Amino acid sequence: MSGTYLGMPAFPEAAHEAVGNKTLRGNLRHATHTIRAKRANAVAEVSDWAELREAGKQIKDHTLRHLDRYLVQLEESVIAAGGTVHWAADADEANAIVTHLVKMTGESEVVKVKSMATQEIGLNEALEAEGIRAYETDLAELIVQLGKDRPSHILVPAIHRNRGEIRDIFEREMSEWGRPAPEGLTDTPAELAEAARLHLREKFLRAKVGISGANFMVADTGTLVVVESEGNGRMCLTLPETLISVVGIEKIVPTWQDLEVFLQTLPRSSTAERMNPYTSTWTGTTDEDGPQNFHLVLLDNGRSDTLADEVGRQALRCIRCSACLNVCPVYERAGGHAYGSVYPGPIGAILSPQLRGTASEIDASLPYASSLCGACYEVCPVAIDIPEVLVHLRERVVQGGPVVREGNKVVLKPAKGHAAERAAMRAARWAFSHPGVLRTGQRAASRTRRVHPRTLPGPGKAWSGTRDLPAVPAEPFRDWWQRTGGGKEGTK
Amino acid sequence: MSSRERILGRVRRALADTPGDDTPIERAYLREHGDRGVEETVELLAENLADYRAIVHRCTSADLPATLAGMLAARGAKTVLVPPGLDPAWLADADTEQVQDLAESTPHELDRIDSVVTACAVAVAETGTIVLDGGPDQGRRRITLVPDHHVCVVRVPNQVVSSVPQALERLDPVRPLTWISGPSATSDIELDRVEGVHGPRTLEVVLVDSQASEDVNS
Repeated sequence: MSGTYLGMPAFPEAAHEAVGNKTLRGNLRHATHTIRAKRANAVAEVSDWAELREAGKQIKDHTLRHLDRYLVQLEESVIAAGGTVHWAADADEANAIVTHLVKMTGESEVVKVKSMATQEIGLNEALEAEGIRAYETDLAELIVQLGKDRPSHILVPAIHRNRGEIRDIFEREMSEWGRPAPEGLTDTPAELAEAARLHLREKFLRAKVGISGANFMVADTGTLVVVESEGNGRMCLTLPETLISVVGIEKIVPTWQDLEVFLQTLPRSSTAERMNPYTSTWTGTTDEDGPQNFHLVLLDNGRSDTLADEVGRQALRCIRCSACLNVCPVYERAGGHAYGSVYPGPIGAILSPQLRGTASEIDASLPYASSLCGACYEVCPVAIDIPEVLVHLRERVVQGGPVVREGNKVVLKPAKGHAAERAAMRAARWAFSHPGVLRTGQRAASRTRRVHPRTLPGPGKAWSGTRDLPAVPAEPFRDWWQRTGGGKEGTK
Repeated sequence: MSSRERILGRVRRALADTPGDDTPIERAYLREHGDRGVEETVELLAENLADYRAIVHRCTSADLPATLAGMLAARGAKTVLVPPGLDPAWLADADTEQVQDLAESTPHELDRIDSVVTACAVAVAETGTIVLDGGPDQGRRRITLVPDHHVCVVRVPNQVVSSVPQALERLDPVRPLTWISGPSATSDIELDRVEGVHGPRTLEVVLVDSQASEDVNS
């Protein structure tokens, strides 16, 4: 994944800073609560939601189980329809392919549809290094780009900004990138949207190269699907002469019919709409309509490694709706930046450590960025059991074990930070399997209870800083049982 | 080794533990929601289109030219873009200057045109969606995108289906499709929906009652 986030502090530190930011907390609370209620209504409108969810899960699982076959089929279909297919094992390779393709056109600027895959690989920075300017055209991405900021939400990357902040960014930065913000711009959303329309229009109309991701790729027809709201997607997908789509290999569905499930569940889950304003589908190239050169870059970048994990692979079912972010109590308070990845929130906490591995401090801490309340699983339209994967990844971080990285099997060492916890667990296992030892220990603990400290010393200090230590009873339970015959002879 | 072989190899190794055969996908969801007659389905379409801020008109096919002429006049449109296969009778009453879409028209030229009138391929009642498939009476994708005012004519009830699954059955994936549900919008400012960004900010849909025709299949 991108180097943008390297050196991020672990989640608890980043989150600690974020929860102290009152504006951020207010912005997130307002936005997530707005969408939560709306989503619930949109879902309640369809009586067969449970069946749609189950079918979506099964379609994705089936696809993943035969992913090699469907990738080959998709490649054939896209080529037959007039497209060119490229394969990129990692971010660097994908960036190199796209940069080369843009250079071949002789252009030095591109317009972009919002795409998580290109965020993930740091495409904009890679293009910039080669003298190519990438213009983000989704409103929220534009706000992030103009504000020299980082995305904090999958669907609405600028969710951490309120209207007043957006107005200030537009007024200050738009002139650096092109058409300046209109005079006297206010902070009403309609005026802000109008300012974005004017600013980006000239870029759309002159663009020769468009770059997109895709929500779905249909293996049997070679069709790509982009689901959007503003029309910036349509602009990028139809006006340029060359279109380059960078898509993760897990975005495949086998058949055209399979779209009938996801085109119902995705809009309701993401923007809480019956249907989003615009959905574009295209199959290769069409004479005289839209780009005449179409390139599909299939991106692995840790996905095949994730696929190798029996429990963790379900994360690849994700359709990037962001419903799990909107209901998450941890996300609502910590904000997206604390997750140190383009994939924040519950899905990010299981996706990032799998795509990138758990070597860095931030990735090793992400499986803990959750209270395991399960709200994310409830709303997930493809039924990803996020808590299950979180617990699985915690185990991996603490105990280490075999994983696949870049296609190779490696054995992870247990994380250093958890040495004390592991030692305590080993001691407990030994004591519980030796009754005599346990009895002696428990009696000793009871006798010394008056001198027990309120907090733990050494490495345990942080843990007991926010928790009360349980009080040790005057008499061990087993002694009490033996003395009273299980309470028959009266208490005490 | 090429990256293609490398990725496919990794995927195959990752799947070594999974059984090759699997149970068929359980499609227990509905083909459509609710039990409606033809006229109720058309009414639901009108209702859902309006709910997402499309302006909805209904007329008979005899009244269509007058309706369209009136809409363009009310809008104050001086120019209207016309797909190559649009029925010439539809705009027979309009005073607005008609511009043919040509392969060589540039996006900048399209941007100077006030309105566009098209037909559609299918409309989905449950979601308030019209779908264009680039047919001769709909034209290239860009012509319904750059002008700020899109008028779309839906022949009812023939072109109306209830649900998304029914719409996909009718559509040809080889054609470039545009699904439109209301005018362009965004939820990017505080997750609240605002209409009017890059696509046409005004979407008007005319539901025209086609005569009890021989190809009724909905």
